Amino acid sequence: MKILVAVKRVIDYNVQVRVKDDGSGVVTENVKMSTNPPDDNAIEEAVKIKESGKAKEIVAITVGEEKAQETVRKALAVGADRGIHVKVGGAIEPLAVSKILKKIVDKEKPDLVFMGKQAIDDDCNQTGQMLSALLNWPQATFASKIEIKDRKLEVIREIDEGLETIEINTPAIVTCDLRLNEPRYASLPNIMKAKKKPIEQLNASDLGVDVSPKIQQLKVEEPPKRKAGIKVSSVAELVQKLKNEAKVI
Amino acid sequence: MSVLLIAEHNNKELKAFTLNAVTAASQIDSDVHALVIGNNCAEVAQAASELPLVKKVLTVEAAYYANFIAENFAPVVTKLAGNYTHIVCSANTFGKNLMPRIAAKLDTSQVSDIIKVVSADTFVRPIYAGNAFATVKSTDEKKCVTIRPTSFDPCDSSGGSAPIESADAGEEFSLTKFVKREEIKSDRPELGTARIVISGGRGMQNGDNFKLITAIADKLNAAIGASRAAVDAGYISNDHQVGQTGKVVVPDLYIAVGISGAIQHLAGMKESKIIVAINKDGEAPIFSVADYGLEADLFEALPQFLEELNKLNTIQK
Repeated sequence: MKILVAVKRVIDYNVQVRVKDDGSGVVTENVKMSTNPPDDNAIEEAVKIKESGKAKEIVAITVGEEKAQETVRKALAVGADRGIHVKVGGAIEPLAVSKILKKIVDKEKPDLVFMGKQAIDDDCNQTGQMLSALLNWPQATFASKIEIKDRKLEVIREIDEGLETIEINTPAIVTCDLRLNEPRYASLPNIMKAKKKPIEQLNASDLGVDVSPKIQQLKVEEPPKRKAGIKVSSVAELVQKLKNEAKVI
Repeated sequence: MSVLLIAEHNNKELKAFTLNAVTAASQIDSDVHALVIGNNCAEVAQAASELPLVKKVLTVEAAYYANFIAENFAPVVTKLAGNYTHIVCSANTFGKNLMPRIAAKLDTSQVSDIIKVVSADTFVRPIYAGNAFATVKSTDEKKCVTIRPTSFDPCDSSGGSAPIESADAGEEFSLTKFVKREEIKSDRPELGTARIVISGGRGMQNGDNFKLITAIADKLNAAIGASRAAVDAGYISNDHQVGQTGKVVVPDLYIAVGISGAIQHLAGMKESKIIVAINKDGEAPIFSVADYGLEADLFEALPQFLEELNKLNTIQK
């Protein structure tokens, strides 16, 4: 079995994001960047499947600017066999990413495509579902457990009401939830080895995909700030304030 | 212009957030049609027809629609899409799973999780876990939009009498099979719509200690929430998670207990009207969004809190 894992480079989840003064976006200069957290879960799951002997090859792919390659390099250090970097400049929408991924899927013919359920920058939660639609493949979104049963996958999905189990035939798309597994850290020897693994570089235009945005970002602003609150000194004072001042209980 | 609103339901009742989605849909255009896809769901169609803002109800029924599989739903919607300028549904796990599958088939760039309708093509949506609000304009001819239900009031649920028409079912998608759903049944108010929410975090130390929270939730008729840390640690099930990748809640009162206040948690609760934080670490970021902060050991504070509540003559429910 062959697994394609899509990863995205985003502002690190620990960074307090700041909006640019001119309202054109958020500050990304000199800000720590990392792999989108649930994409780390996607890589981890693929590596675990390969370690169990059920997959032969893991290909990591990213779509983005020059430096996005770092996320592929990290995936290689964790256990992916080779990488693909499709270069695009500037922001790219999930629909365009899914069209690029479809071209790669047509060429690579993976049995499974894994990715995080949502990118923590644009919070769109679209790419996996869109790719499934374009391929007309089954989709298992928000996966917190994956079991491989021959040519089928049993997937537990996290939904608002609790948990849902579905069975999907491969080839299929799985979008990974943060509780799917505990992503490992790359060891130093593996980081060194990853430097020798190949990363194929392509341009979106080589693939014949139009990546021009269909959504115009008119402005980006700070959300309204909350008024500073107060500290209370006792539980009795808290309950009194909730009852008589805030009038919520 | 007409808006097709995909109703979320359980084949018996409309899900509460469908009412919020109808409100958002009606702000795009007044000609809102509700689409009910399901199995033996006539009662749902009836309920949808009684929403005064809904002008027409379309129902599509088949046994394989019983479990809301997106691969089955999407072709039904794309087939009907020709008559509409907008396709709308709630940005909860139902809509998040379904809408991109529709948008991709229509070659439309979806606008996810909007919190405001500026005009028929322009919307406001949070990005970066709500640390920024983006105003975006869709240039697609047909627009696919998911709405954040807690940012819109629910519409009236009675008084309407929209006509109900049935539409053709699509073919079954046989490569995806529903196996089972484990829903956590509870008599408590739903987390997404509760007036009061009390949430526990890593500071609870174990699942058993959540009984301290349960006791207060019982007293206040509150829903119980949790931080991702508490869910990851197995203290409580995933349906309680509040945050960027969990649920977004906007109650009148949110009580955060033993929650440090990571950006990702704040994303799910900082629009609450009143926020209370109980944490023994006075420097915890949760205090920066709290209206009332109590720096205390939760194992002492929670029993006292219950005791103080018991002393009150009346409690708003």
